[in-house]
Amino acid sequence: MADVAIDIAYIAKLARLPLTDEESARFSAQFGRLFDFIRELQALDVESVHATAQVIPLSNVMRDDEIKPCLTQEQALANAPDREGPYFKAPRILE
Amino acid sequence: MMETGHAIREAVAAKRRSAEAVTRSALEAIERMEPSLKAYITLLPERALAKAREIDARIARGDRVGSLAGIPTAVKDIFCLEGELTTCGSKLLANFKPPFSSTVVQRLEAADAVIVGKTNMDEFAMGSSCENSAFFPTHNPWDLEGVPGGSSGGSASTVGSRAVPIGVGTDTGGSIREPASFCNIVGVKPTYGRVSRYGMIAFASSLDQAGPMTADVRDAADVLEAIAGFDPMDSTSVDVPVPHYADQLRDDLSGVRIGLVREFEESIATDPAMARLYKEAYADLAALGATIVDVSLPHAKYGLATYYLIAPAECSSNLARYDGTRYGVRLDGGGDVYSMFDKTRAAGFGPEVKRRIILGTYALCSGYYDAYYVRAQKVRTLMKQDFDQAFAACDVIACPAVSCPPFELGAKSQDPVAMYLMDYFTIPMSLAGLPALSVPAGYVDDLPVGLQICAPAFEEGRMLGVAHAYERRTQHAAKREPVVS
Repeated sequence: MADVAIDIAYIAKLARLPLTDEESARFSAQFGRLFDFIRELQALDVESVHATAQVIPLSNVMRDDEIKPCLTQEQALANAPDREGPYFKAPRILE
Repeated sequence: MMETGHAIREAVAAKRRSAEAVTRSALEAIERMEPSLKAYITLLPERALAKAREIDARIARGDRVGSLAGIPTAVKDIFCLEGELTTCGSKLLANFKPPFSSTVVQRLEAADAVIVGKTNMDEFAMGSSCENSAFFPTHNPWDLEGVPGGSSGGSASTVGSRAVPIGVGTDTGGSIREPASFCNIVGVKPTYGRVSRYGMIAFASSLDQAGPMTADVRDAADVLEAIAGFDPMDSTSVDVPVPHYADQLRDDLSGVRIGLVREFEESIATDPAMARLYKEAYADLAALGATIVDVSLPHAKYGLATYYLIAPAECSSNLARYDGTRYGVRLDGGGDVYSMFDKTRAAGFGPEVKRRIILGTYALCSGYYDAYYVRAQKVRTLMKQDFDQAFAACDVIACPAVSCPPFELGAKSQDPVAMYLMDYFTIPMSLAGLPALSVPAGYVDDLPVGLQICAPAFEEGRMLGVAHAYERRTQHAAKREPVVS
């Protein structure tokens, strides 16, 4: 397992979650303590163990491709912070 | 005095009381206690009274009413309720009114429960004290300086105060069981897949599960029966028949093998007062006729580490949707979309949510994925196997729900690891997807403590049966009154 020197600025960028300097410093210190626990996992031999992503005996749940009642356009847009006609409105993405 | 939901339902159906009168009295009790408890983010008096009057009209006409008819019910603010504010305890959703209701809410209303309000919670269900609510902390009805537990702290507080007999919460690593223990009520985390997650705002999708938080075990059985079952809207809900749980409530435990977990007993032994309480609880189970056996969960001690990789990883993915585009609060990015995302998220999320998004993003990022996330998923497999082995030797497991009685507001809020350790006894069951509940087990320093009972997958009835026999014998919650009333 890797050593813990989290590049918080880089991770924050990946998460699209800018942090203040104070937040970064505080989280770094707190992660240090948490990783004292997390490092214990390193002691386990899990080479031949399969990974559990979820616990229920289901896979590839399928259903017929049928049109059923759903939200109206107005309902779906009711919480939009900004809209234009039938669209969600956001700042320009492509120049 | 403690009034149960099933007693109310019976009185309402027999026309001894009107649903409207019951609702008015619950709303008055809430209004009286709310200044000291602050259990609700949104109160819904008009909606509740309209529902109650509708139930009364149907009873007057001789029509059938649902299994929860007329029972005042508190709903955690994580469940979408059509047209009503649903904040999930976050500033980011401070203006969100969902255009649909969650399956849990739909089923509660179909059973004629009377929803009186949306309860406070740790933001996005991340926390063990309700102090991470973006709005205000909730207080414990058994100690106003104490936390109600979390994340389902508002539902626990209002049910613990006896203002309403039933509520619903969600449990990802202990968020129903720990507050149930702190507020002297029954709290049930069902098997993963037992209750639909549709319309329940996601935190960690492989762990989140909704469940009852109630005055007694019978109420928990009735609420679980009402909300459980397959839902085509949730592809992780499992199509297993829902039994009539009330039929499985027992009065004695002859023939039941109850496993005590060696590792948990060693851990709780470090606190003599807590150890004494649980020793007495196990003696009560034995006195009811149960056979006590020794079992081992050798990987339970890795629960915290495993959970704090998997849950934040899933949270970082689930919470990516909050970017100010389609719903919730948006902060202006001066015409730049990425600046809009950044500002919205930086201002909208509180410290605990940010901490977990960063941790989860780290656990999932390229280069660390195998070392952290995949390794944690493998340890999850080992924990599940531990339980499989334990249940070869016993029918249910009995163990502590918590390591301490409710702590004071502010006592752990600056120390996330101390807060995370609150979930030590509840996380293993969550990772294994197993049903577990907390039932009142007495008092340490005059504060409530719960006993946890855990069963194999989809054996909620067995677990409720054991809890019922224990509750009937001990009556711990009914013996005392909360300090707020």
